[in-house]
Amino acid sequence: MATQHSRSAARIMMAPAVILLLGWMLVPLTMTLYFSFKRYLPLRGGDLGWVGFENYIRFISSSSFWPSVMTTLTIVGGVLAITVVLGVFLALLLNQPMWGRGFVRILVIAPFFVMPTVSALVWKNMFMDPNYGLLAHLWEFFGATPVEWLSQASLTSIVMIVSWQWLPFATLILLTAIQSLDSEQLEAAEMDGAPATKRFAYITLPHLGRAITVVILIQTIFLLSIFAEIFVTTGGAFGTKTLTYLIFQRVLESQNVGLGSAGGVYAIILANIVAIFLMRIVGKNLDT
Amino acid sequence: MGQIKLNKVTKSFGDVAVIPPLDLTIEDGEFTVFVGPSGCGKSTLLRLIAGLEDVSSGHVEIDGVDATDVPPAKRGLAMVFQSYALYPHMSVRKNIAFPMKMAGVTADEQNRRISAAAEALNLTDYLDRRPGQLSGGQRQRVAIGRAIVREPGAFLFDEPLSNLDAALRVGMRLEISELHERLKTTMIYVTHDQVEAMTMADKIVVLRAGLIEQVGSPLELYHTPCNEFVAGFIGSPRMNLIKGAEAAKHNAATIGIRPEHTAVSMTEGLWKGVVGVAEHLGSDTFLHVHGVPGCDPMTVRVDGELPVRHGDTIWMTPQADKLHRFDAEGLRID
Repeated sequence: MATQHSRSAARIMMAPAVILLLGWMLVPLTMTLYFSFKRYLPLRGGDLGWVGFENYIRFISSSSFWPSVMTTLTIVGGVLAITVVLGVFLALLLNQPMWGRGFVRILVIAPFFVMPTVSALVWKNMFMDPNYGLLAHLWEFFGATPVEWLSQASLTSIVMIVSWQWLPFATLILLTAIQSLDSEQLEAAEMDGAPATKRFAYITLPHLGRAITVVILIQTIFLLSIFAEIFVTTGGAFGTKTLTYLIFQRVLESQNVGLGSAGGVYAIILANIVAIFLMRIVGKNLDT
Repeated sequence: MGQIKLNKVTKSFGDVAVIPPLDLTIEDGEFTVFVGPSGCGKSTLLRLIAGLEDVSSGHVEIDGVDATDVPPAKRGLAMVFQSYALYPHMSVRKNIAFPMKMAGVTADEQNRRISAAAEALNLTDYLDRRPGQLSGGQRQRVAIGRAIVREPGAFLFDEPLSNLDAALRVGMRLEISELHERLKTTMIYVTHDQVEAMTMADKIVVLRAGLIEQVGSPLELYHTPCNEFVAGFIGSPRMNLIKGAEAAKHNAATIGIRPEHTAVSMTEGLWKGVVGVAEHLGSDTFLHVHGVPGCDPMTVRVDGELPVRHGDTIWMTPQADKLHRFDAEGLRID
C-alpha cells in the first residue's frame, strides 16, 4: 500500500462504504436538527413554520427533563457496576476447570441472544408479577409480603432486567481476557508469596483493565438508548422515564416532532458528555 | 541454607507416570543442572521442588525438613521462568519489589535491596521502565533480580536462556555463573542444552523419561559416561557409536569414540572413509566421514588448517585409552 497508485485505488474501493455510512449518519442527524427548529405537529396541522430555539427551551424547562437525565444515568451506572463486578466474578469461575464447562459457558451466554422485549416481558410476567411471579412465590415461601417490583422498586427492577441481559456480554469479554493471562505470571506471583486474593488484585485485575474498559465503553453506548425494557414493563411510569423514553413520548404520544427532535439533540449532547468522562477515567487503559 | 533432598518422589498426570520413584540430593551451595531431551520430566521435577506441582508420592526435604505439603511461597525458593513471567503492568522497580512487598519488608530495606540488585545486574537505568520496553536480555536480568532480592535458600531456573539469541545466551550464561560464585547459593538449573550444562554445572543430572541416567560433575560425565545415552548426550559434537564387527573386536556390543579423540591421516590408519560435509569453524574442522562400517557418518575433529575437502579419502585411528565400551544393554564396561 505504498505507491501513489495503490493508495488512490484503495480510496476508490473504500469510497462506497464510507459514503454509505456517512449518509446513514448525516441524513437522520440533519433531519433531527431541521425539525428541532420547527413547530411540527403531524395530526394538528403539520408543519407550522420556524420557531427558533423555542423547542429547546420548552424541552429543557419541562419538569420531566432533569429527572429523566438522572434516571438515564442511574440505569447506565447501575448496570455497568453490576455487570462488571459480577462479570469478573463469573469469568473467574468459568475459567476454573470443571465438568461440563463448555455447556455451562453456553448457558451463561444464552441471555444475550434473547430479544430485549422478550426478556423484559419474561421478567415482568414470570418473575416480578406480585400475584403469580416466581419471586412472589419465593417471598411467600418465607412468609414475607411479595414486593410489587415494577411499581415499588421500579428503577431497581429495570436495572436488574438490563443487567441480566448484559451480564453475558461482560462475562464473555472478560473470560477471553482471563484466558489470555500467562499462567507463569500467576505461578511467579505464587512463588513470590502472594496469596490468591493478592494474585487477583495485583496480577489478574490489572490484566483485565483493558477488557473492562472495552466492556464499559461498549455497554454505555447501548445502555444510553435502552427503550424496549421500559416500554414493555413500566411504560415510563414510577420514575423510570429515561431521556430516550421522554423523547419517544414527546414525538409519539404528544405528536410533537419538533419538541422530540430538540430532545434528540440533548440526548446527543448527554451521550458526548458521558463519553468524555468515560474516556478521561478509563480511556488511558486503551493505550500501551 | 539450601540443601534439597528428593526421597522416592513420583509424579503422574492421570495414568501417565512422568516420574517413576526418584531419589536425589542437592547439596547446599551446589550449582546443579538437570539436562535431558525435551519431555524427559526435568521441568516437572523442578516444579515439584518449587511446589507448583504436588508430588504423587514420596517426600521433598528442604534443609532436612519435610516440605512436601508446604506451599511454594513458604519454601524459601525463588524461580526464574522460561517466559520470565514479569508483571507487564508494573515498572521494573515494582516487579523487583513485588516479593518483598508480599513479605512485608520495610520500604527502606526494599530500596536498599533493589539498588543493590539493579547495580549487580546493570539495571539501574531501567528501573522506571515497563518490561515491554526492555530487550530480552534485560527482561531476563529483571527476572533474576526479582529472585535475588528475596534472598532465597535456592534459585530454580527453568530453561531461562532458551528465548535469547545465541550471543546473548553466552553472555547470560557467564553472568549466571558469576552470580553463583558471588552468592554461593544453591542453584538448580533446567536446560536441554548440554553446552549450558557442561559450562555452568558443579553437578549434572542427566534425565531420560523421568529416570536419572547419571549424576556427576561435567568432566566425570564426559570421561566416564555410564551408558550409551549419556555418552551420546554429553559432548558436542556427539560421540561416535560404532556397532558390529569393530565393536566385537573389543568384546563389546557398541564402542564409542569422541570426535576429538580420533587421529586423522591422509595415508594410513585403522578406518578408511570418504569425507562428506566438512564444517570449517576456523580453529577446528569437523568432518562427517562416510564408509566406516557400523557408524555412518562418523564425525571427527581435525585441525582447522588441515586441507581436506568433500570427497577426499582419509584414514582414522582412535586413541585406544579414550575408547568407551558398552554391552548389549547399553551399559558401560570397564
